[in-house]
Amino acid sequence: MSIKNKTAVEISKMIKDRQISAVEVLEQTIQQIKEKDEKVKGFITVDEDEARKQAQIIQKGIEKGELTGPLAGVPIAIKDNIDTKGIKTTCASKILYNFVPTFDATAVKNLKEAGAIIVGKTNMDEFAMGSTSETSAFATTRNPWDLTKVPGGSSGGTCAVVASGQVSCGLGSDTGGSIRQPSSYCGVTGIKPTYGTVSRYGLIAYGSSLDQIGPVARNVADCATILETISSYDRFDSTSMKRDKYDFTSALDKDVKGMRIGIPKEYLEKGIDDEVKEAVLKAAQIMKDKGAKVEEFSLDLVDYAIPAYYIIACAEASSNLARFDGVKYGYRSKEYEGLHEMYKKSRSEGFGDEVKRRIMLGSFVLSSGYYDAYYLKALKVKRLIKEAYDKAFEKYDLILGPVAPTTAPTIGESLKDPLKMYLSDIYTISVNLAGLPAISLPCALDKNKMPIGVQFIANCFEENKMIAAGQTLEKELAENFVLDFSLV
Amino acid sequence: MSAHKITDEVIEYVGILAKLDLNDEQKEKAKKDMEEMLEYVDKLNELDTSDIEPMTHIFPIENVFREDEVTNSDGKEATLLNAPEKKDDGFKVPKTIEG
Amino acid sequence: MSREYETVIGLEVHVELATKTKIFCGCKTDFGGAPNTHTCPICTGMPGALPILNKKVVEYAMAVGIATNCEITKYSKFDRKNYFYPDNPQNYQISQLYLPICRNGKVEIEVGGVKKEIGIHEIHMEEDAGKLVHDEWEDVSIVDYNRSGVPLIEIVSEPDMRSADEVIAYLEKLRQTIQYLGASDCKLNEGSMRADVNISVRKIGQKEFGTRTEMKNLNSFKAISHAIEGETERQIELLEMNREVIQETRRWDDNKESSKSMRSKEDAKDYRYFPDPDLPPICIPDEWIQKVKDNQPELREEKLERYKKDYDISEYDASLITESKHLADLFEETTAICNKPKRVVNFILGELLRLLKEKEMDDSDISFSPENFAKLIELVDSGVVNSTVSKQVFGEIFENNVDPEVYIKENNLMVVNDDGELEKVIEEVISANPKSVEDYKAGKKKAIGFLVGQTMKAMQGKANPGKVNQILTEKLQ
Repeated sequence: MSIKNKTAVEISKMIKDRQISAVEVLEQTIQQIKEKDEKVKGFITVDEDEARKQAQIIQKGIEKGELTGPLAGVPIAIKDNIDTKGIKTTCASKILYNFVPTFDATAVKNLKEAGAIIVGKTNMDEFAMGSTSETSAFATTRNPWDLTKVPGGSSGGTCAVVASGQVSCGLGSDTGGSIRQPSSYCGVTGIKPTYGTVSRYGLIAYGSSLDQIGPVARNVADCATILETISSYDRFDSTSMKRDKYDFTSALDKDVKGMRIGIPKEYLEKGIDDEVKEAVLKAAQIMKDKGAKVEEFSLDLVDYAIPAYYIIACAEASSNLARFDGVKYGYRSKEYEGLHEMYKKSRSEGFGDEVKRRIMLGSFVLSSGYYDAYYLKALKVKRLIKEAYDKAFEKYDLILGPVAPTTAPTIGESLKDPLKMYLSDIYTISVNLAGLPAISLPCALDKNKMPIGVQFIANCFEENKMIAAGQTLEKELAENFVLDFSLV
Repeated sequence: MSAHKITDEVIEYVGILAKLDLNDEQKEKAKKDMEEMLEYVDKLNELDTSDIEPMTHIFPIENVFREDEVTNSDGKEATLLNAPEKKDDGFKVPKTIEG
Repeated sequence: MSREYETVIGLEVHVELATKTKIFCGCKTDFGGAPNTHTCPICTGMPGALPILNKKVVEYAMAVGIATNCEITKYSKFDRKNYFYPDNPQNYQISQLYLPICRNGKVEIEVGGVKKEIGIHEIHMEEDAGKLVHDEWEDVSIVDYNRSGVPLIEIVSEPDMRSADEVIAYLEKLRQTIQYLGASDCKLNEGSMRADVNISVRKIGQKEFGTRTEMKNLNSFKAISHAIEGETERQIELLEMNREVIQETRRWDDNKESSKSMRSKEDAKDYRYFPDPDLPPICIPDEWIQKVKDNQPELREEKLERYKKDYDISEYDASLITESKHLADLFEETTAICNKPKRVVNFILGELLRLLKEKEMDDSDISFSPENFAKLIELVDSGVVNSTVSKQVFGEIFENNVDPEVYIKENNLMVVNDDGELEKVIEEVISANPKSVEDYKAGKKKAIGFLVGQTMKAMQGKANPGKVNQILTEKLQ
């Protein structure tokens, strides 16, 4: 029995029905990785031995009837900024080149308890800082749809290994669009949950007030299933939110009849590729056909999200990344004289250019005399942006929009002009500032056969609305739009 | 001309704060980057925020506590597992300045 | 010359709180312990770890704030203080800058009979750093994170003090209050209480403050006094030479009795404080403040009044004994057993204080049990031992916590009540000291004191002096 092109939920059902064992599933997965990752370069670490051990244990658990959940026996890829006990976790940075966590992130712990098998750790932009996965210290991940293109970022590795059919699903993290944008570029589905829904314990922080872990998979159902598994109220994360329900899969049966959906007209006005715009309008039409009320509206403050985001994210990052200093773990420079030189050389040699750029900016905006003008100002703008969304959600159940202005760019193009790269996050960033959930899913292919994603943004704690809409869209597209996951 | 002139001294100073050493070429690039970024973020000044409360946390949660109970046992081994250099069950670092 | 100037002093006092666990994780706070054993991912800054606030820390901070007449901040937050140092595993310290938990307090001190109020600017919560040990052999430092994350409060005074004596009185007052609250043991020598001193000088009558310096590494009251004197002199000298005082942090060297600037070009002292995104704010409703107030243990002033009333001891004695929570506790526990408050007070204020001073010990180091102490009081009271012997026995209790009953028996220290033996000894003393006897009979009544002393000596102290006096008087008639 082959698991080729199967989703996570389908795989676990096959195991449960004794059509295949968790051990065989894993072997096929390892085989796929061996065949494909040479070209895609989505993994930094694959821990075959540990995964095999786990598969044996999980298979027994399934046979004994102890593991009955929809992820039991499913191999999963984890972004390399999420702690995995005993498996190297590098953040794609030289400064953590050999770091082995001594504990699992809560999201990973939840996955393991559900019987999922961690096969490996995926490439990313160094410390999640970037939109192409090119800032990785170790490898340039390629887009499976066209190996000369980037997979997007920062969760480019996870999206690329899912899109190339190496694994059915994985975890990413989203600080300013890092799950949704690479999902869009790679033709897979990804969810950025409401802030506080998935514990950040064990997620190596970039921008603590913006970071969320979320699922990446081939369809909405898998994403909802994984989200249901990884989300929990966690006392180890003081910003974790206690929610009434952690049920995201029941929404898969819901429709969009009567839903009010707004499209920010600013999103379609300038800087957007025509084909991307068409995809959004196509999604809008499908929603209308399915009984939703769709209209354009004006979302205030769109232009202010990116500057506010970069100030907040860089300021937090400058502090979060201070701990990487060559004392407790990771890279230490070989030659230095005295403490301060040890710090400076270890950090300067250990961090890549983009990370240094953001640390410098973050340190500057927090430094004496500038705090009010930059950081405090950005926090005030953040409130205004949140209020603009609150206003929008008084009128609409969901916001529909593009994920990125274009499809995946060619490798090597974006890093030349950082500001331009930052600007490409325009549709995703404000969601993080306002703590909102959003789902990105493929909607069309452009003339070069590159995938185009759209996103539904919901109000806080209303993931189920966007999951229902995503599921509806996916079902409608399925008839004329079959995604191929064996491109490589 | 940029409205924000980032001088060599500023780059030097930020390098000390961030513990980053940049060579001359990197310094020039960092100056340019930072000037551009600061000019860009100046856009925020178009908004009047004088009456706006800064938002540090997105949700109004408060008072998240743990009870004062010992939950951890000897953590030495895990703590030192990744140490680049250690000695006598501690992390070895260059001599810290005395006095 | 220096009479033209006055010294202006403000204090930053760090106190380690007496919680069982650290401020943001479930690791023990016990002093000592093998290096890095009391650690976990949170207090060693492991990538991905997050802090969780210990509720008890907030309550202790509130209690100290209430006892020092502070306003409790209804809505308080943690901020990150960013600086690189190996004892600080995250390279930022979680502290409070913008919204500290307590503000605008004051305490009253008394120096040379003059009372004075010292303002408290704020009290904030923060985490302690680890320990750096210098390795002489290899010329490196070794980091131990056992202390990293131990909860601290920092009590920042207003610049209200004008002399070393006032500073010491203020510190004593804080220590006493915090010990009474049970919020810390406040041991300067173990570092559970530490003071950084901000000093400036100005011409008397001048309104503006001079430029201040901050003095660190002060581990005893003596060091604090000397550092204040030394720094005052240094600053006045600079001003007299028309030179500037530079605002800086200086490190006191106790051995050299001098201080040195801690500035280096690698330390910008720009801490880039910002609200910690990992910790939600603390909201303190009035009911919580009331609850902490209600649970507050009896403080010194109340205790003092109660002692006067319940135990009928003098204002003076009560005030001495309540100066330290340790002494007051010992007094109450011992009295509860033997019910002889006055004898207990006399022992504590006499022998105990003498021994503490002689051995240069702190009253927090007292380790004997109130049971043994009470037993001794009973033995004295019932005349089994006399007061001379009792001091010797008390010394043994103080040192080794001996059971006085057993000790007295084993060393045969009971008062001899056999009159025959006593009379025999007295007769020997009379015949051996004819001169004193003659003096006594000639009207120098005081001479009997010498004879009593000689008798007690011959009896090895085990006689009842009253009785000796009585028999002697009879025999010399």
